[in-house]
Amino acid sequence: MNKAPHEPLFHVTKRDELSPVKAWTIRIVAILLSLVLCGIITACLTGENPFSVYGSIFDGAFGSERKIWITFQNLSILLIISLALTPAFKMQFWNIGGEGQALMGALGAAAVMICLGDKVSNGVLILLMILASVGLGALWGLIPALLKAKWNTNETLSTLMMNYIATQLVAYYVIVWEVPKGSGNIGIINPQTEAGWLPQVYNRYLLPIIVAIIITIFIYIYQNYTKHGYEIAVVGESRNTARYAGINVNKVIIRTMILSGALCGVAGLLLVGGINHTLTTTIAGGEGFTGVMVSWLAKFNPIAMIATSLLIVFMNRGAGQISTNFGLNQSFADILTGIILFFIIGCEFFIRYRISFRSSARKEEKA
Amino acid sequence: MIDLVAFIPRAIQQGIPLLFGSTGETITEKSGNLNLGIPGVMYVGGICGVIGSFNYEQACGGNLNGFLAIFIPIICSLVGSLLMGLLYCFLTVSLRANQNVTGLAMTTFGVGIGNFFGGSLIKLAGADVPSIALTKTSKFFKTALPGAASTGWFGKIFLSYGFLAYTAVIIALVTSYIFKHTRMGLHLRSVGESPATADAAGINVTKYKYFSTCLGCMIAGLGGLYYVMDYASGVWSNDTFGDRGWLAIALVIFSIWKPDWGILASFLFGGLYILYLYIPTGMDHMEVKELYKMLPYIVTMVVLVITSMRNKRENQPPESLGTNYFREER
Amino acid sequence: MSENAVSFKNVTKTFGELKAINNVSLDVKKGEILSLLGENGSGKTTLMNMLSGIYFPDAGHIFINGKEEVIRSPKDAFDLGIGMVHQHFKLIDVLTTTENIVLGLKGKLNLKEAEKKIMSIAEKYGFDIDPNKKVYDMSVSEKQTVEIVKVLFRGADILILDEPTAVLTPQETEKLFKVMRNMKKDGKSIIIITHKLNEVKEISDRVAILRKGEFIGMMITAESDEQQMTDMMVGHSVKLNIERKEPQDSKPRIEVKNLSVKDSQGVYKIKDVSFTAESGEVLGIAGISGCGQKELLEAIAGLEKIDSGDVLFTEDNGTKTSLKGKSPRAVSDLGISLSFVPEDRLGMGLVGNMSLVGNMMLRSYRKGASPFVDRKAPRKLAEKVVTDLDVMTPSVDTPVRRLSGGNVQKVLLGREIATKPKVLMTAYAVRGLDINSSYTIYDLINKEKESGTAVIFVGEDLDVLLQISDRILVLCDGEVSGIVDGRKADKNTVGLMMTKKGGENNE
Repeated sequence: MNKAPHEPLFHVTKRDELSPVKAWTIRIVAILLSLVLCGIITACLTGENPFSVYGSIFDGAFGSERKIWITFQNLSILLIISLALTPAFKMQFWNIGGEGQALMGALGAAAVMICLGDKVSNGVLILLMILASVGLGALWGLIPALLKAKWNTNETLSTLMMNYIATQLVAYYVIVWEVPKGSGNIGIINPQTEAGWLPQVYNRYLLPIIVAIIITIFIYIYQNYTKHGYEIAVVGESRNTARYAGINVNKVIIRTMILSGALCGVAGLLLVGGINHTLTTTIAGGEGFTGVMVSWLAKFNPIAMIATSLLIVFMNRGAGQISTNFGLNQSFADILTGIILFFIIGCEFFIRYRISFRSSARKEEKA
Repeated sequence: MIDLVAFIPRAIQQGIPLLFGSTGETITEKSGNLNLGIPGVMYVGGICGVIGSFNYEQACGGNLNGFLAIFIPIICSLVGSLLMGLLYCFLTVSLRANQNVTGLAMTTFGVGIGNFFGGSLIKLAGADVPSIALTKTSKFFKTALPGAASTGWFGKIFLSYGFLAYTAVIIALVTSYIFKHTRMGLHLRSVGESPATADAAGINVTKYKYFSTCLGCMIAGLGGLYYVMDYASGVWSNDTFGDRGWLAIALVIFSIWKPDWGILASFLFGGLYILYLYIPTGMDHMEVKELYKMLPYIVTMVVLVITSMRNKRENQPPESLGTNYFREER
Repeated sequence: MSENAVSFKNVTKTFGELKAINNVSLDVKKGEILSLLGENGSGKTTLMNMLSGIYFPDAGHIFINGKEEVIRSPKDAFDLGIGMVHQHFKLIDVLTTTENIVLGLKGKLNLKEAEKKIMSIAEKYGFDIDPNKKVYDMSVSEKQTVEIVKVLFRGADILILDEPTAVLTPQETEKLFKVMRNMKKDGKSIIIITHKLNEVKEISDRVAILRKGEFIGMMITAESDEQQMTDMMVGHSVKLNIERKEPQDSKPRIEVKNLSVKDSQGVYKIKDVSFTAESGEVLGIAGISGCGQKELLEAIAGLEKIDSGDVLFTEDNGTKTSLKGKSPRAVSDLGISLSFVPEDRLGMGLVGNMSLVGNMMLRSYRKGASPFVDRKAPRKLAEKVVTDLDVMTPSVDTPVRRLSGGNVQKVLLGREIATKPKVLMTAYAVRGLDINSSYTIYDLINKEKESGTAVIFVGEDLDVLLQISDRILVLCDGEVSGIVDGRKADKNTVGLMMTKKGGENNE
């Protein structure tokens, strides 16, 4: 086929396999390049020298003990959501409904706190909150899974729509429960009794971090060492092979999405019960979408996900610092995050494909 | 009862940004690219227009030339969203990156760009409120057709919009015509259905994907521009555009990839979006309004499920939607 | 001179080591129907792909209407008036006949005009075609009609049809032949690739025979008989030295009774098939590709829905269990160990991106009540398979996708044999393997047979089938045309049975 009349300048072929070391080198180079570009852009906008820009980024994320704790708290929520989405992605089920599933979890926790806050003991209350969050999150995962299993409904589109149904449902309850009436806000829930506030471990930041560590270990084990994890991997690779091995594909899809939704629900629980003690429509802060990218960038590896989510949170907090230091707008963080994402997304090409130029292609043929 | 003569024009104005967005996304999806970056693109389209017109208003200090006042923001908007389209295509078509991830990253990036430059302009303008008002430019965008005021209900419902609203409808109709009746449309559809077959028939898959995605982004970007310049009367304030980009994607599904249906569907969505303003809920039950806002998403979900249930081939998403084409696969 | 529409002169094409086409010269006359006959892998399609611009020959010349031409792409072929209808149709489901036909052409789109032209072509040659029908509503034969009209629409004078009748019912085949005769009358040259002798006789003027990439001979159809053609097609028997022992202590193991399987279109893929596979013997299954072997094995394995009939598993003590309607999992839950080496090794039998260890677990991971998978036993098994079968792999943690074809097959067969199956079914077990790997596979199969397993061996190479099988079941078009003794049958008889439906030739 190389005999085509106009031989193209270069020819793209699929690579066999690149050693993990080389692959990660490419990714790290891409991240470094993107950081250089971010530095240059920031320097242009602020007139500062790039190094003080990097200094500010670092300072924003790790500048003080409190900043470090907040960074890790943010990291833990993003990580939980990314981990929750991962089993579904492994199964080639594009669950971009993490946002809605987390919101439903948050709604469940808030509902229990508000409606039962003064009716049952705190221990029971927290137990019910956990059940409500996990249950509602799981329900939001279950619906698209059932539709997929039954009618093969496109899951990317259905999970996307479920996000906004959840948002509006939360908006509805925010007004139902608003305090004071007409404010459009719930405010801090149970401010006096602190009923349903998740217990503080050491300080107010540590609990989500511990939960995130537990879930990381859980997902790592679930994916790599359990029968369920094995079935997910087979279904994701080839439905035909799954059938051959006697795996009930629909059952796996439904089970996995329940898990995915339930874990997102846990993130919602932590946001309401442990961190914010209130409910808003933006409480998940777009992390359901960011989680898709975090999980994908880590190639669905839970351990690598710690690094990728740290990178995102680090840039976000760092860019926030730049904004304050140099009087830029907070959205600057999104731009920098976007640039880094584009570099990492783009660099995957060089891991998966090989470009051979015309002259070198000839040589290879002779060899 | 709802006052229809007042309600319909507002629903249409609300629907026009969605119509731009969904027509753009439909063209994109017909080539097999699922661009979840459309919300970001619409932000970029809006802010680029704002930047252009802000600079123009500053430069000529109040004496705007009608043609330039319209021409400059439009060109800026088109260029901005074109760049976004090229970015998406470069990553997904040339580098074959995952479409979902790329799209979501573009939305983060685009919304960031919009709010960042919006915020910076607001600071530059030094106003007391966190917004920029380009009322002079907006006047040109909002100019209704002649006779809008003098023909009663007819004028209000049919003639009272700025030219971009009519443009949106015309683009949707033309797109629909192109899909159905031209060779370009036929080839585009075949690329989205089965790139391998299209490739074998001698159609340049890469070219069509680039072309339609970039064109789609430019059209969607105009939706952002319409929103600021016409609907919001030239007032940009951060985040007010909200989730309209996602609603536009929902609209694509709702109108089952048919741009002409998208026209009526977008007005319907616009109506559903503001229906709560017209439903007398009383001050005690403001919350019901939020449930009305949920309606567009619910009906989209229902349409999505019904089409997959009935499994009628015409109403399905393009076969290769969301997957990248690599000729030497296998 | 210009009597020949196409002439190949010393054309050669190699893929890697394999000489797919070796120094072939043959002519196609103007206005004739030429059959290209040969077994699977004899190079028929490769040769035609060079004419239609998909492959470019490594050496040799191609003349079209007496003039030497260079065909670099399907477009070049079209410009020369050559059109090929492939086995796998390239049509877009949601488009209509007309839209599919004009796809890729230049100029203003005028569907009305195109429709008129399509109808005039249809009328001229007697096609049955609905220009506004969507492809997804069409039967296979209608789709084929669209493909043929598409080629004619572009003005082709030389048509290549790659096994056009493989997917058609007898009535549809008859219709196609009528059309082909009309086209011939119009002066078009037609090359039809096939391995059905009765069709060759019925439709073609001359027959060209290929075997293993070489041109064997050209015959005038009217002056030759089927026996001659088969002889040329299959060649002389080759001694392979596969050790074959007498079956010991054979008992019925799998009984297939009046089995019928339909595809999603409702066409019979297997019709009323009955046979018994016994323990300790190799039952070979011979047939032209696509005549129901795949469906037969998958139906027994529980992967294909059985339309009617039954599959019975017989224990040593004579108890019979029906496998009909049971999933592979249900079958293994019954304690019946049935191994299946499918044709699509990496798409069905194995998971390409998983390591050898991961693949060893595919059939056994469910064992035990623990929610965790046991990786120690599969690792040991993987190591054992690697040593026993001499699998070339960097380690047992390498994804199987990265192994060569022979090693992939060893891994798959190794896993299936490790379960000590009562029944072992293999589909095209040695396809694409080199000689050494092939012999390893034959040895493994024979060892299984000696240990009392009932082996069902679907093969394509008759030499192999005749030397490994104790009995051979010959299929034709989803029906049994006969069961022969593997030690007594000869290649030509089996070859003839493969092409004759319903065992008409079952002496």
